[in-house]
Amino acid sequence: MSHQSHMDKNTMVIEMRDIVKKFGDFTANDHINLTLHKGEVHAILGENGAGKSTLMNVLCGLYHPTSGQIFVDGKEVHMNGPRDAIDLGIGMVHQHFMLIQPFTVTDNIILGIEPTKAGVVVDEKLARQKVLELSERYGMKVDPDARIEDISVGMQQRVEILKVLYRGSKVLILDEPTASLTPQEIDELMQIIDNLTKDGKSVILITHKLKEIKACSDTCTVIRQGKYIKTVNVADVDENEMAAMMVGRDVNFKVEKKAMTPGDVVLDIKDLHAKDYRGIEILRGLDLNVRKGEIVGLCGVDGNGQTELVEVLTGLKKAESGSITMLGQDVFNKTPHEVFEAGVSSIPADRQKHGLVLDFSVEDNLIVQHYDEAPFSKHGILDRSVIRSNATDLMEKFDVRPRGAEGKPAGTLSGGNQQKVIIAREVTNDKDLLIAFNPTRGLDVGAIEFVHKYIVDQRNKGRAVLLVSFELDEIMSLSDRIEVIFDGEITGSVAGADADEKELGFMMAGGKKNEN
Amino acid sequence: MKTKKGILDSNLFYTILAIVIGFAIGAIFLLIAGISPAVAYGKLIDSVFSKPKYMVWTLVYAAPVIFTGLSVAFSFRTGVFNIGAEGQYIVGSVAACVIGILVPLPPVIHPLVCILAAAGAGCLWSLIVGVLKTKRGIHEVLSFIMFNWIAYYLQNYIVNIPIIHKKGGGEATENIKDTARIIFPDGIMKALDCTGAHWGFIFAVIAAIIIFIIIEKTTLGYELKAVGFNKNAAEFAGINVNRSMLTALGISGALAGLGGAVQTLGMAGRLPQLAAQEGYGFEGITVALIAGSNPLGCIFSGIFYGAMKYGGSKLTMVKAPSEVVNIIMGCVIIFIAISQVFKAIFTSIGKKRKEA
Repeated sequence: MSHQSHMDKNTMVIEMRDIVKKFGDFTANDHINLTLHKGEVHAILGENGAGKSTLMNVLCGLYHPTSGQIFVDGKEVHMNGPRDAIDLGIGMVHQHFMLIQPFTVTDNIILGIEPTKAGVVVDEKLARQKVLELSERYGMKVDPDARIEDISVGMQQRVEILKVLYRGSKVLILDEPTASLTPQEIDELMQIIDNLTKDGKSVILITHKLKEIKACSDTCTVIRQGKYIKTVNVADVDENEMAAMMVGRDVNFKVEKKAMTPGDVVLDIKDLHAKDYRGIEILRGLDLNVRKGEIVGLCGVDGNGQTELVEVLTGLKKAESGSITMLGQDVFNKTPHEVFEAGVSSIPADRQKHGLVLDFSVEDNLIVQHYDEAPFSKHGILDRSVIRSNATDLMEKFDVRPRGAEGKPAGTLSGGNQQKVIIAREVTNDKDLLIAFNPTRGLDVGAIEFVHKYIVDQRNKGRAVLLVSFELDEIMSLSDRIEVIFDGEITGSVAGADADEKELGFMMAGGKKNEN
Repeated sequence: MKTKKGILDSNLFYTILAIVIGFAIGAIFLLIAGISPAVAYGKLIDSVFSKPKYMVWTLVYAAPVIFTGLSVAFSFRTGVFNIGAEGQYIVGSVAACVIGILVPLPPVIHPLVCILAAAGAGCLWSLIVGVLKTKRGIHEVLSFIMFNWIAYYLQNYIVNIPIIHKKGGGEATENIKDTARIIFPDGIMKALDCTGAHWGFIFAVIAAIIIFIIIEKTTLGYELKAVGFNKNAAEFAGINVNRSMLTALGISGALAGLGGAVQTLGMAGRLPQLAAQEGYGFEGITVALIAGSNPLGCIFSGIFYGAMKYGGSKLTMVKAPSEVVNIIMGCVIIFIAISQVFKAIFTSIGKKRKEA
């Protein structure tokens, strides 16, 4: 994707100078500078917890900076709340949408500043017309009369953007805007960003996806551990350089893998049929196997049966028919405990729902499959000192931060560290098969590198790995063999080394191999 | 500075604060009713602390609510809401009473059998609701409330069965056999100068310690808490969620049933025909909330509630309505519930001071 700049270097819209924000003794932002021009797309890059959101909350008037100055259109401003920021033309689209589900698109957009007839009745017609005008102007397709609960995530995001535009914003802050979008929706968003800047709006993009920064930004400011690192012209740097600036060391994108010959079949799935929660058949005769010392990447567009397949494999869901064996042992429609005992460990897609008990301490989360076994308990009584030292060891080995958080609730850790807790637990189980479902979702590059290393480690040890991911890059860089799932069936298979992004994309959309 | 911060963070501080505010609001109502709060509260304190025997009576009053408090606290800790302790208390006392009247057994054995039967009855009563929840997906709060009423009418039905109904009229059963009573021996009773003293409070303390150990130290507690905190993750980790939920409800019900047993075998010695729900189960919710769902805390909040009930019963002597106790307890609960708000206010005041 080529990016065409609409940046007007002579017109400065926002300048943040030496912003410091402290919370108690903790400095979230340490002298950060940011300059935004008219028509500019300015990416803010940083690891989870680097201070990106804090900085944006300062710009949105949610936080008072401890020191530093903010200039809007060259004039210094002091904001006392989000209302002031909106009046200054600064609008934020949050990562988690703030929409009222049963309301229509129009209702949500005009909420709070409804056009009225005689100051009392909402002028529905005028409101609808204004929404349509805005959506046409920026090429954002929305149905003004649809209810939020009925529309796709991508359209909900467009509603959020329209909401900000409707309030007259000239600066839009997009917080992790692609986190929950499909690849096609991401392309549409890039187009919208282009339309906005063409019209003279400025966009601040908070993200840790380097590819997207390359695709649509003019400038990029890197923040690391609350400190300003530097601002670069995106055209002048490559992804590796940006990643190194963000993490503070060189990041290895290319996963190191030694050549291995796969061994015996570990997981064997034959003619698997299953229904989704609505009772519609979603797996339609799926065949798949995974061998020792092999990473099989299952790639496909979300909704083609991946979730159900993993649920069936881990015992959370009952299948209709077919057979599943683990090293010859039948594990079809067994309970999660039986499946685990048969040699399956797994990294779930939703770490907060399935992976962790957030209110439990980190140390308790690390023994969730073994609490009733020695050495963690004897005769039904937990041995707290063993549980603690187990946690201390694993946190050290897997670099879970902060150290000393063994007894703290897992929910207090950052997303990346929560994922490390799960990885530590599942990898230590050292089962014959590891199922990893979107194992790096929402993680920054440093953490992704870490997770990938451990997945490859398992393979190198001769374990079988089934990697299910919606990130094509991840599938391509890790897999020894790639299987494409479409409409509940395996529709193609390629050796990892031969994988071609275009061909995979074609197969993921339902095309058969070698037809193009 | 550090100790001050420690106090502002501690739940005990907010619990005591809530109690103080509860009394202050109670005082306002007393003033409205034209009664001097000093006189009324003086009487309240006097009637609990002025004589050792009053303090023993307080513990007697505390015993059943410690049990129902434990029942509710245990359910809170394991992620279910046992609002049915009232019904489980009733079936527990019915079971203890029926066996206490009808089954002739030697001393020591007799109360033991009665107590086990009561725990079993409470457990079963709660399990029925649990099965409805796990098999049929019926929300437990709904069934619990209905089962409270079923238990209530069941007691009134059983009280009127001729074989155990009091001979020669009266709205109650016969007295249970002396072999089934759990009152203290005469010697101890004399020493305490209290005619109603019984083992109930001791049993309640033992139960609290056992429940504390189960929750904090055992694999069973680990399992039940995991399910309570996050059913999905527990299931994913291989814990049998339905079985855990039933276990939690069963134990919770048994505890409430035990409350019924100690009250019947220790205090009343018979079952009356009820004109209204007695409220021990609901008082258990209060006790559990004041204790912050900590089993050991339930001992102290149970004693507090026992003192309020016993002292409150004597308020009429100074022409103050004993209902003022309910007002105070209600306010205490409200302020404990919103203690997080206080916490936020105090911490922000502290912070501002520090900044200034």
